[in-house]
Amino acid sequence: MSASHNHPAPAPLGGSLVTPTTTLLAILVAIAGVILLVRFLFGIGAVTNVNDGYTWGIWVVYDVVIGSALACGGYSVALLVYIFNKGDYHPMIRPALLASLFGYTLAGAGVIFDLGRYWNFWHIFWPGYAQINSVMFEVAVCITAYIIVMWIEFSPAFLEKFGLKDIKKKLNKALFFIIALGILLPSMHQSSLGSLLVVFGYQIHPLWQTMLLPLIYLISALTMGFAVVIFEACVASSGFKRPLEMYLLGKLSQVMWWMLTAYLIVRVVDLVVRGAIGTAFVFNIEAFMFWIEMALFIAPMVILSNADSRKQPAKLFVAACSLMLAGFILRINSFLVGYETGPGWHYFPSVSEIMVSIGMIAFEVLAYIVLVRYLPVLSGNTAQSAIASNK
Amino acid sequence: MTISRRDFLKGALAGSALLATGTSPAEARPNKVMPEEALGLLYDSTLCIGCKACVSACKEVNNMPPEFSVEDQLWDTPRDISGKTLNVIKVYEDGTCKTGACGDKDSENGFAFMKVSCLHCVDPSCVSACPVSAMTKDPVTGIVGYDKSICIGCRYCVAACPFGVPRFQYDKALPQISKCQLCRHRMGEGKYAACAEVCPTGATLYGKVKDLHAEAKRRVALKPGEETVFPRGNINTHDQSPHTAKAAKYLPQIYGEKEVGGTQMLKLSAMPFEKLGMPKLPERSFAATSETMQHTLYGGLIAPLAFLGVLTFVAKRNVKNDDDAGDEKK
Repeated sequence: MSASHNHPAPAPLGGSLVTPTTTLLAILVAIAGVILLVRFLFGIGAVTNVNDGYTWGIWVVYDVVIGSALACGGYSVALLVYIFNKGDYHPMIRPALLASLFGYTLAGAGVIFDLGRYWNFWHIFWPGYAQINSVMFEVAVCITAYIIVMWIEFSPAFLEKFGLKDIKKKLNKALFFIIALGILLPSMHQSSLGSLLVVFGYQIHPLWQTMLLPLIYLISALTMGFAVVIFEACVASSGFKRPLEMYLLGKLSQVMWWMLTAYLIVRVVDLVVRGAIGTAFVFNIEAFMFWIEMALFIAPMVILSNADSRKQPAKLFVAACSLMLAGFILRINSFLVGYETGPGWHYFPSVSEIMVSIGMIAFEVLAYIVLVRYLPVLSGNTAQSAIASNK
Repeated sequence: MTISRRDFLKGALAGSALLATGTSPAEARPNKVMPEEALGLLYDSTLCIGCKACVSACKEVNNMPPEFSVEDQLWDTPRDISGKTLNVIKVYEDGTCKTGACGDKDSENGFAFMKVSCLHCVDPSCVSACPVSAMTKDPVTGIVGYDKSICIGCRYCVAACPFGVPRFQYDKALPQISKCQLCRHRMGEGKYAACAEVCPTGATLYGKVKDLHAEAKRRVALKPGEETVFPRGNINTHDQSPHTAKAAKYLPQIYGEKEVGGTQMLKLSAMPFEKLGMPKLPERSFAATSETMQHTLYGGLIAPLAFLGVLTFVAKRNVKNDDDAGDEKK
């Protein structure tokens, strides 16, 4: 990203790469690797519980749909900084972007594990094969384009590291356009991830089947983006022993509160207008999960409505976790709990299926740790003090 | 919150630009229309005797492996369509028949059969969902075909189909989707759908959908018990001799006439279709609903480009401020 509003320039954290944490993460990645080897040799059914009734399991719903929504930190913060011109949040851009970069790159890579005929994946971009009426076409193209855009957005960090100032300067001149694309593309595909369900028709429970799915997915992804930024700031500050930027986080949480309120209004009004709200008062698993989902969205709204709570790291952290979980459950509910293709079909992920998703998260965290130690990501003066306190 | 009113309005402008262009004239995409010469099947549950000759013939002409659901793996016993099976006949037992006390076929406390295979929708969800044109609808025959050489194996078709028809091979390293393609590979040899060809009672009848539809209407109008002639095989070529039988007590419904915009496989029954696993569906196809939404948001890329324009304008201003601040510092 370009130079900042009088904030200290980002700097590498330094420090050892081999720690108990990184070793554990590496082991989890290796386990996932072995499971994936079995999958590629013997088929998807050899390691997962997906079936013709629930053909999309957590490799799609978690790794891609939820994974990319949890990777919306870069999108949310960029929107705030560059469109709403909130330069104050500038120090958050690089760490948020790095997390997004990994979240999305892995979501994209994760698709390959789930594609039955993965060697043909390029057909989706190929004129003559590409089928533009398909919601999935739109999702695939926008996610791919966004991954490329994010690598370009993040490239100043590499360019600084390797002292390529000329290229960085040239890139800076076009950066405004890259930034605009970096907001357009996730707006498109995060909403379309919801639109994917529209063609499923009656197979999706009325609590989740609505023409407002794109809007519901979009706003929830944005709020999840902010929640993840707060979550990561809390975790990184304790993990790397850095002071927490409470002033910024408190303000950010207020933005989040507004969005959350907008989300809940849209969600409830839609349910009432469509006459689907009655199905929430039936004694079944769908209604039960719906209320869990709603409670997880309402809890952070209640917590953050209080100005004092917004200044307390513990409450902020709880609100952020609740919101991340809320977006998670919304997606699980609409893709799996509320999906019914006929009697006799059941799905719950197998252990090996879950281990692959865990391995992907482990890879993401591992790569994040390595990169913030090696590249200028986290803002400088605190990075210096972190190194000092580590000594 | 410290976002000033001016900044907020600027940002809101970007958002509303998308909504404003998004909700403008794009027309709703209507259901697709059946090709004039569309081909299909008429399945008459009341004529079916559950012999499963169609299941066996389908396996043979499509080179599909047997599938076992009983301990003795002596013969093909599929319980449902799958990656190995494109067509099955299911039996439905009503009321006391479930506990062994069966009345007559198609009666209360009796039983009935249902054919499960692709219905070749007029406006198929699988074709709309497929991101790579591996699922296609033939413009002349209307057959919903599948090309594995194009398919990426994403299984959006499997998830989207309102009838649960496309299936996937989860047990293979190099899997594919499997679904009935109305034996289009046999048409070059002048043959037609094997299931209809081998059906001894004409319960599965092949031909042009318009002729099958007329035949279906004729049957529904028959008086129960009335003797009538039922064609077998191909309704257009009369390649097989018809047979005479008494008309059943048909429900006044032709399944597939209107469901999700119509299907090229029509079904008749004396037992309510929902009991036989055929869901109650709206007339508007889900493909039309989904594509209307996509075209409204992305038609001609107008809304995304307008949004991009606003974003670029705003970002350029704000990034410029950014650079200046940085330069001053140095």
